[in-house]
Amino acid sequence: MSASETVVRTNEPPKLRMIKRFRELWRDREILANLARKELRVKYKSTALGVAWSMLNPLLYLVVFYVVFTLFLPNAIPDFPIYLLSGLLPWTLFSTGLSGSTTSILSGGNLVTKISFPRELLPLATIRAQLVNFGFQFLVLIGFLLVFGHPLIHRGVILLPLALGVLLLFIIALGFATATWNVRYRDTGHIVELVLLMWFWSTPIVYPAKTVLERLGSLGETLYLLNPLTNIVLAFQRGIYGATSEKGLDLLPAPGLRWYGLRLLAVGAASLVILAMTWRLFYRRSGDFAEEL
Amino acid sequence: MATDQAITIEGVSKRFRLYHERPSSLKERILRFRRPRAEEFWALRDVGLEVPHGKTWGLVGPNGSGKTTLLKLIGGILRPTEGRLTTQGRIAALLELGAGFHPELTGRENVYLNASILGLSKKETDRYFDDIVGFAEIEDFIDNQVKYYSSGMFVRLGFAVAVHVDPEILLIDEVLAVGDEGFQKKCLDRVGEMQKDGRTIVFVTHAMAFVQQICDSATLLDSGRMRASGDTEQVIREFRAVMARRRTGLTDEAATREVEIAHVDLLDGKGRPNSMVAPGQSLSVQIELHANRPVEDPVVVVGIHNARDEWVFTSDTERLEVKLGRLEGKLRVTFDLKAIPLLEGQYFLTIGVRDRANEVVYDWHNRQYPFDVIRNVKGGLVIPVDVRTERL
Repeated sequence: MSASETVVRTNEPPKLRMIKRFRELWRDREILANLARKELRVKYKSTALGVAWSMLNPLLYLVVFYVVFTLFLPNAIPDFPIYLLSGLLPWTLFSTGLSGSTTSILSGGNLVTKISFPRELLPLATIRAQLVNFGFQFLVLIGFLLVFGHPLIHRGVILLPLALGVLLLFIIALGFATATWNVRYRDTGHIVELVLLMWFWSTPIVYPAKTVLERLGSLGETLYLLNPLTNIVLAFQRGIYGATSEKGLDLLPAPGLRWYGLRLLAVGAASLVILAMTWRLFYRRSGDFAEEL
Repeated sequence: MATDQAITIEGVSKRFRLYHERPSSLKERILRFRRPRAEEFWALRDVGLEVPHGKTWGLVGPNGSGKTTLLKLIGGILRPTEGRLTTQGRIAALLELGAGFHPELTGRENVYLNASILGLSKKETDRYFDDIVGFAEIEDFIDNQVKYYSSGMFVRLGFAVAVHVDPEILLIDEVLAVGDEGFQKKCLDRVGEMQKDGRTIVFVTHAMAFVQQICDSATLLDSGRMRASGDTEQVIREFRAVMARRRTGLTDEAATREVEIAHVDLLDGKGRPNSMVAPGQSLSVQIELHANRPVEDPVVVVGIHNARDEWVFTSDTERLEVKLGRLEGKLRVTFDLKAIPLLEGQYFLTIGVRDRANEVVYDWHNRQYPFDVIRNVKGGLVIPVDVRTERL
């Protein structure tokens, strides 16, 4: 840190220069880590199971959907737990990351009104904490892969880091906007929850995409595949579930990795464009957060 | 870009909007369509100030005068509505001790979290950790959750972290008012060390003793405006004048002279002019008013300051339920202060005349009439007390 940096503040909200701002945030990455750690510690403090709770959550989902989709509404998805988890885990990261970001400025209110630090760190810290949970939940998925005797390493795995990166970018891009709006309009949080519920069912997580695509016309198919989450989730499914069996691979829209990779790149590019707008919005308004809380 | 000022404040104003019923939901926003009725409130008006590197600057003023707002502007927590603030160097703002402490976390965890937000790296925090805990005197409790701390422990830990961050500019908001005397002294010693190290400190306080002791200069804010700035002695004097005026609701600046205080006499219990009185004896204040223009129902105010400029007593004809009626020409008003409940020392009388609505000040003599309360021959202070007995 330079010995004496000169800071000028006026009524004009500062212009966001993304590269420079990114460097500043990078410099403060320790704060980010500490805030994320705080969130996790607080969440699991004084609980007997601790971080195991984050693993129980997808397991519970698994039980519910397993009962519904193999006993009540039998479907023909082989290795259903693996199919479900490979889509559910990125979804959970998305939904918890987005709703956490939305309320992050409000719940960090006592920091915002008392201490000056880059406000972006609050939504980013929530997302980071959720990423840690995602990691633990991924261990559950690996456990299932081992139990079912599926390979952990295969060609499809190369999709996963890209898919995760694009997913994080997308969460941050949306999270900056919802966090900003929620400071002024407190019902943003409720709207986000409702939208997430609809979004969950428009994404192929508990049902296979192929059955939907077969029933939609070409217009419907295009629309369905415009959903960024669908593309991200499909890439996760291709990268994990796609290697389980021929029959499993058949449930996905395309066999080749290229189809998924290109779609991820498109979603990534779109996320960057959205991020450029929402970050600007967040940055301009962040100077007034302390006042509006 | 080097200047010799740590903080430069140019023409800074800050406006807050107070929403009567703030529509903070979209539905209300859509239903009402137009922006809600907002009352504008200027917390700061046209403040200009330059704090040189290495100086300690006091900010004083009555409650609600904008001190904390100014501190938040300097600290980058709020944005100015007008004007420009330039700061040079790492800033740590102590707006509230232990701000950002999370009750569920232990002292140790909170130290690391708080220190990092205030700008210390983990390595630096490791290095200072023992010092911080030692300074806060909570060695035995550092691994307990902060929610079990006493408020004193909480505050001590908060201060300990903040001063170890060792910023180039430290902003302190009245935090020294908390904590016991021993800890206060320790804090002041630490502030002294930081001064020696050439740190710039901006210090909000109500305690004039602190201003005298540790500030190089000071600024007085009143209703968001700067009333005095620079020399601490002068600022302290002005501060006391402002506080005195606030308590009477009168200001001498605005005196219209429609009624003038022509003459004031102090009389002892025997009706002789005398400006010395023993505790428990009576004192009469005889005021002669000249109306230059007939006025309806004026109110006469009497106030007493002690030698330390503290307001000790005030009364007026309105509170005493005396109606002066229409005032034309001359009028003599006498206040009989029976059994003065004051200790020995020098006191100053303030006399004012205003209208009943408390909107117009006709005349105002601020602390112009000194008198002494001297030791009673019998010693002691007799306060008139009624005693009742009831047979049970």
